[in-house]
Amino acid sequence: MKRIVTFAVMLIAVLGLPVSAAAQDGIDTGDNAWILTSSALVLMMTGPGLALFYGGLVRQRNVLGTMMQSFAMMALMTLLWAIYGYSLSFAEGNTFVGGFGHVFLNGVGMEPNGSIPHLTFMVFQLMFAIITPALISGAFAERMKFSAMLLFMALWGTVVYFPMVHMVWGGGFMSGDGMIPCLDFAGGSVVHMSSGVAALVIALYLGKRKGYPSEAMRPHNLTFAFIGACLLWVGWFGFNAGSALAADGLAAVAFVNTHFAAAAAVTSWLVVEWLRDGKPSMLGGITGAVAGLVAITPASGFVAPMDAIIIGLAAGAICYFAVAVVKAKFGYDDSLDAFGVHGVGGTVGALLTGVFARMAIGGADGLVEGNAGQFVNNALGSALTWVFSGVATFVILKIVDAIIGVRISSGDESIGLDITQHGEEAYN
Amino acid sequence: MKKIEAIVQPFKLDDVREGLKRVGMDGMTLFDVRGYGRQRGHKEIYRGHEYEVDLLPKVKLECVVPDDRVDETVGAIIESARTGSIGDGKIIVSDVPEAIQIRSGQSLEDVL
Repeated sequence: MKRIVTFAVMLIAVLGLPVSAAAQDGIDTGDNAWILTSSALVLMMTGPGLALFYGGLVRQRNVLGTMMQSFAMMALMTLLWAIYGYSLSFAEGNTFVGGFGHVFLNGVGMEPNGSIPHLTFMVFQLMFAIITPALISGAFAERMKFSAMLLFMALWGTVVYFPMVHMVWGGGFMSGDGMIPCLDFAGGSVVHMSSGVAALVIALYLGKRKGYPSEAMRPHNLTFAFIGACLLWVGWFGFNAGSALAADGLAAVAFVNTHFAAAAAVTSWLVVEWLRDGKPSMLGGITGAVAGLVAITPASGFVAPMDAIIIGLAAGAICYFAVAVVKAKFGYDDSLDAFGVHGVGGTVGALLTGVFARMAIGGADGLVEGNAGQFVNNALGSALTWVFSGVATFVILKIVDAIIGVRISSGDESIGLDITQHGEEAYN
Repeated sequence: MKKIEAIVQPFKLDDVREGLKRVGMDGMTLFDVRGYGRQRGHKEIYRGHEYEVDLLPKVKLECVVPDDRVDETVGAIIESARTGSIGDGKIIVSDVPEAIQIRSGQSLEDVL
């Protein structure tokens, strides 16, 4: 008992470190208001946005399990972020990963970090750490154990995501003054490429769902998917325009670019689909929107609005091709197209950022402005992200498989995640 | 007594009820069912992947009528459920040796 009390006292002492009440000088209240709002918008992208988007696309027996995979990230990643994730991402460290300077949010308080409180910056970045692993769940939908998913995500966040953030945004070798400076405004490589490639690896590792592709695996509720996709679109304004870290002109450019790219990608996806399959579908429209939003993410603070339209048009058509043609040809079961949309869209966006970047917008030129070197850097950064996330994901899967086993039993798969993993049903 | 089972297109249900009301039929039991015959199914396409959906939703209704009302009941169903296309459905008539109203315990023959 005494030991427990001592431990509790220690825990309170560590967790309850008083937030340093520094002076408010240097904080812009407008900037702070916008980034706090953006943080809330980005959280909304995961819950309910992504949860509804993915939940609607699975079969009825897996809807709660699928929503839970996204929702659980809101708890798990938050705790990891508070304890050591933020530190590994943004504290002083080496070129690959941050150090332990901000463990338990040590030194993260109300004092300014740029023009916003350090806590605001921390919580805004946390929302990205929540949605990134949640995106992967689209690839292993309907067949992964909840316990294995939790362990996998904790390890993936630690080994892949936090270092990725540090390498690109936290002063590592892909940051502005690093060895290979890549332009990634809001997470083309850090968020979408890393999660999309992990999605492909996990889909290949887990294998196909029982009955895929001969059995019809139709989305059980496309109205859910529609609501989810529209929430993602709105939330993405926080994701991209918030990444300006200020309520300034750059935020406005990113906001407009985000919207334009989504609209353009809806259009190109539907045109291609209409021509190839005979009908423009609602699911095609919303998937196109997400593809465009993914692709504009790295570019949103570097390109002009007309460039954003081109990027969106390219993303819609290319992601359609990845999802409808490439997936069918190779036969992997990326169930909800996490790779086809986020991996492919993120790569398209990263490469096109290197093409369309303009000094006047984000302070760096790309290929169209005569700076081929930036395109090369972005291509190299994309390749490194693919290899890093791909290899690390595979190793983590091996470990989780050895400890818990990643795939649910064949019988459980037939019954569904909702009953076997959570003991409840969505519709009664 | 006969039992009449009719499997019809769901969008024809209201017409069938109207038609049956006109010949004095004021009770039936309905089932939502799925099935296929020569109509087969239709195709649906999700993100470029085509699925054949061959079990289509249908409505099945059942009622029990005295022998002398079978013809007009069947006639009313045919008239109201028919579109002329494949998939309009089927009507099955079978003998019912016994049918009892629960409230009174009487044979339906006496009640109807």
